[in-house]
Amino acid sequence: MSSRRVTDAAALLLVFSMAVSVLLVRKVDQLRAGATLQEVLYVSSPKLLKRLSLGYDGLVADVYWTRTVQYYGSMHHAGGGNYELLAPLLNITTQLDPHLIPAYEFGGTFLSAKPPQGAGLPQRAVELVEYGIRSNPDDWHLYYDLGFIYYMDLKDYPGAADAFLRGSQVPNAHPFMRILAAQMAEHGGEAQTARMLWSATYQTTHDDHVKANAAAHLRALQVDQDVADLEHVVEIYHQRTGRLPASFLDMASAGLLRGIPEDPLGKPYRLTSDGKVVVTDPDDLPFVENGLPSDYRDPAVPKILPAN
Amino acid sequence: MPAIEILGLEKTYSVGFWRKRPKCALKPLHLAVEEGEVFGFLGPNGAGKTTTLKMLVGLAFPTGGTARILGLELDDPKMKAQIGFLPEQPYFYDYLTARELLKYYGHLSGVDAKQLSSKVDAVLARVGLKDAADIQLRKFSKGMLQRAGIAQAILHDPKVVFLDEPMSGLDPMGRREVRSLIEELKAEGKTVFFSTHILSDAEALCDRVAIIHLGELRGVGAIADLTSGVRGKVEIVWRSTTVPAALKTLGAECHFAGETIRVVIAEENQDIALDALRRERARLISVTPVRTSLEDYFIAQLSDPPQGDPKSTLPSLMPGAKSAGARS
Amino acid sequence: MNPRIYYIATNTFREAVRDRVLYNLIAFALLLSGAAVLVGQVSIDIERLVVINLGLTAVSIFGIVIAIFIGIGLVAKEIDKKTLYTVLSRPVRRWEFIAGKFFGLAGTLVVNTTFMAIGVFAALLYVSHHLQASDSRILVALYFIVLQFVMITALALLFSAFSSPLLSAVFAFSLFVIGSFAEDLRGIASLTHGAAGWLETCVAYLVPNFSALNVISQVAHGEAVAPQLIAYNTAYALVYTVAVLAGTVLIFERRNLK
Repeated sequence: MSSRRVTDAAALLLVFSMAVSVLLVRKVDQLRAGATLQEVLYVSSPKLLKRLSLGYDGLVADVYWTRTVQYYGSMHHAGGGNYELLAPLLNITTQLDPHLIPAYEFGGTFLSAKPPQGAGLPQRAVELVEYGIRSNPDDWHLYYDLGFIYYMDLKDYPGAADAFLRGSQVPNAHPFMRILAAQMAEHGGEAQTARMLWSATYQTTHDDHVKANAAAHLRALQVDQDVADLEHVVEIYHQRTGRLPASFLDMASAGLLRGIPEDPLGKPYRLTSDGKVVVTDPDDLPFVENGLPSDYRDPAVPKILPAN
Repeated sequence: MPAIEILGLEKTYSVGFWRKRPKCALKPLHLAVEEGEVFGFLGPNGAGKTTTLKMLVGLAFPTGGTARILGLELDDPKMKAQIGFLPEQPYFYDYLTARELLKYYGHLSGVDAKQLSSKVDAVLARVGLKDAADIQLRKFSKGMLQRAGIAQAILHDPKVVFLDEPMSGLDPMGRREVRSLIEELKAEGKTVFFSTHILSDAEALCDRVAIIHLGELRGVGAIADLTSGVRGKVEIVWRSTTVPAALKTLGAECHFAGETIRVVIAEENQDIALDALRRERARLISVTPVRTSLEDYFIAQLSDPPQGDPKSTLPSLMPGAKSAGARS
Repeated sequence: MNPRIYYIATNTFREAVRDRVLYNLIAFALLLSGAAVLVGQVSIDIERLVVINLGLTAVSIFGIVIAIFIGIGLVAKEIDKKTLYTVLSRPVRRWEFIAGKFFGLAGTLVVNTTFMAIGVFAALLYVSHHLQASDSRILVALYFIVLQFVMITALALLFSAFSSPLLSAVFAFSLFVIGSFAEDLRGIASLTHGAAGWLETCVAYLVPNFSALNVISQVAHGEAVAPQLIAYNTAYALVYTVAVLAGTVLIFERRNLK
């Protein structure tokens, strides 16, 4: 075997073996899906883990943060279900690095949200964010996250207002904190408040999941509003003509509409025979309360489209 | 067929991290060594001797040219089975004994397992390491390591032996031993190719030498031929108390020792001097040519600038032909 | 088997065994197992846990250190000290040399691990007074650790073929650390977009997948490892090692020795 043939054979073997190894890694990853995370349950105390990290707390926190996001993403994609590891993962992450701010926002949104969107543990979410506030007293945004939990999942409007107020007192707090506090105190249950909050979240977050979630809620609010408005116009038509309109065109020719109304995704609304307005593709618009066809069943996993 | 045929072997490599500059370690070398010769490869440090050796035994790869040993190509394992190599300042596996080391090398060289033990014992005795055979190499002195190195080079009875500075670091006793070993190898019909910068060793042992400097071949041939071209001197010793006038005019220095006078004159004046002494009826004791030493030749070669393409100034490189590489 | 590879392998084994550094490291590992016993006694329930966790971790880390130390000595030191000159001037092919070195060291590590494993089991026996069936799962963890050793050996050999002893050790150890987080790397890579994401993905698949071979805490909690996983991990370790050795041969085949 001449030197030339040896190098050729070695090169071939190298390329072939590496290719096969990549395939094997993917297979192993599949087999192990979740196994690494299950080990999280074995960590009896984050304090122990902190000691084992030999001072590299920040790095280990980052690793666990990545795993948290991955975990949520894959769980959500697979059909929601129980996010039993979400709380421990966030707990470890923030114990290792109390200044990892995105973790609090993430936890605030997805720990407290009801399944299948989240773990459905609003109290734990509150504990997490309160811990974050104690560790980062100068971060006004954490008060925002706290207030959000009270508002959204605990429906505790005074509690939310209080959180926003505390937040507004932090130096350099965004002026809207004060506005939100007032809004919450006066008009807690109204759609306008919800819209303000979700807009604020949408604009200030950097996290893709959180942003998409906010966008979906904003669209839902828009739909609720549109449906209410359109059904009001239907009522006007009914009063004028004594019958229900057969279609939006009827209403348009009567001068009550300017064309076929569209939902926030650009699809036209539908008019039912009994004068109700519904959306064409309810699956694309989770969280909608008004405007769902009467026979519509929620899918197991709410379909959250990307924020754009 | 020559034992070693070097056909334009060349080595350049690039130095520097960012801007690679080419550096030539060996310019195209043409050389042939016959079987049974003891060939000296001479040159100052950094001349390219080790580079050449490494290419011949397969430790480095030429950037140009080829070479053949015993008619076989450089990467042929059959060729490697017939050569032995002693590197400069060898270092071996600390934790092996000499015997284990040689057994290991013997296996790698393909020595028949049945004969291996006896061959190892024989070669250990030959290099004078019989008593140290079972001591770990890390306890060996420099001289002992050198001997172990020679042992591993000749263990498998190779036809061609390459030695890189075999005398380096040895005391006079050690050097005497190595010299006699090389003579023995020659008597066994082996070809010995060794590099050195110690000229006296080369003078004593070599049939032919090549001189290399700054990667270039500067002269090759039998020592006698290389040094004979240079105008020599003659030493005349005679019994007398007076120096003939004719001799005095030659301007040579006369040395008086008891009843004898010794004078060294230029070779061309030899006849004039002898005639003068004959006329005086002086009692001649000896007339001895004083040859230029290899060292003089060596220094002369090295101080002259290279004459362009070395190939053009060198006639046939086969032994027996007079080499014109000598210059005075 | 190719006789030259055999002799190079046995010589490597012999050299490694006689090198006292090895004994020191094994002693350390055994000491750690002993320490685990002491630590475990502080809290009654978790004795077994601590012994297995600490013991296997010690085997793992010290084994990697041994693998790297000796692995570097295989080629880098031989080039440095020129012991290679007298070997390669013989009818030994360069790839045979690499193969022999690899097998020699792999063999050394298996023997090492056996000794260290005996230490761990001895410590376990001491605290539990008897071994249970589920302890056989510890063998799986040990087997995976050995697979890691084999891969690291190949990597140490690879770096030795072109780099100085010190740098080779640094590279090999770095790859061990990075490889232990390979799964997380792939996770990060899948979240990153653009050219950086591509680069991260490539790196994440090229580094040795040690994260899948670390089942220490799993086994410490008495969990079994799926047979399928054992099979695939074995296949992966083998294929990866072959790839790395092929790369080593590629580099070493035409290397000019200083």
